Amino acid sequence: MADFDQELDASGLNCPLPILRAKKTLNAMASGQVLHIVATDPGSVKDFDAFAKQTGNELTESREEGGKFHFLIKKS
Amino acid sequence: MEQKKLAIIATKGSLDWAYPPFILASTASALGYETQIFFTFYGLQLLKKKLALEVTPLGNPGMPMPMGMEKWFPVLGMTLPGMQGMMTAMMKKKMKDKGVASIEELRDLCLEAEVKLIACQMTVDLFDMDKTDFIADLEYAGAAAFFEFAGESDICLYI
Repeated sequence: MADFDQELDASGLNCPLPILRAKKTLNAMASGQVLHIVATDPGSVKDFDAFAKQTGNELTESREEGGKFHFLIKKS
Repeated sequence: MEQKKLAIIATKGSLDWAYPPFILASTASALGYETQIFFTFYGLQLLKKKLALEVTPLGNPGMPMPMGMEKWFPVLGMTLPGMQGMMTAMMKKKMKDKGVASIEELRDLCLEAEVKLIACQMTVDLFDMDKTDFIADLEYAGAAAFFEFAGESDICLYI
């Protein structure tokens, strides 16, 4: 597991809440910092990919582990 | 890159149809869109301070029902007093169980993200609606004002 600066547990939340919570958390972070998000919504895999592409924040990791989805997003 | 714009017209006032405008607007904001929602006719119900949105299977054969009720329960039964309230309560519980946000929560997220909410003045007049029943963060305007923003938008949705 790579290093991260902040963690967001979006387990149990459904679309679009994981994205909205992530955006809100990123807003309070500094450029270059990394946010680790944990989600259970299978739709979040494509959504975080699309979120990263459209906002310019880099999705450095996206993986499934033990039924949960883990994402690392580096704030642009 | 210039900021993208999303314009939505929200025309429906039921619990299920309250979701698309608020989900899309809040998500668009998170993606960096400037977003406006123009609420007209029954869509004005989505702007009440105290939301009393309900859902009905009547006239909606596509609505999945608990316990496969749509297979054996006569449609006429749905017209009985209390049925709509019961269906609404069941839908709300299901949404909560599945981690789906409430309309209040999504609306708050939209306001927080500075989505501009515009109420149709004509509808307010038509139905003698009381503006004090609506949330404060609103603008009241008409069709021409909508086009000022919609004409510049990248995406325009009628819901």
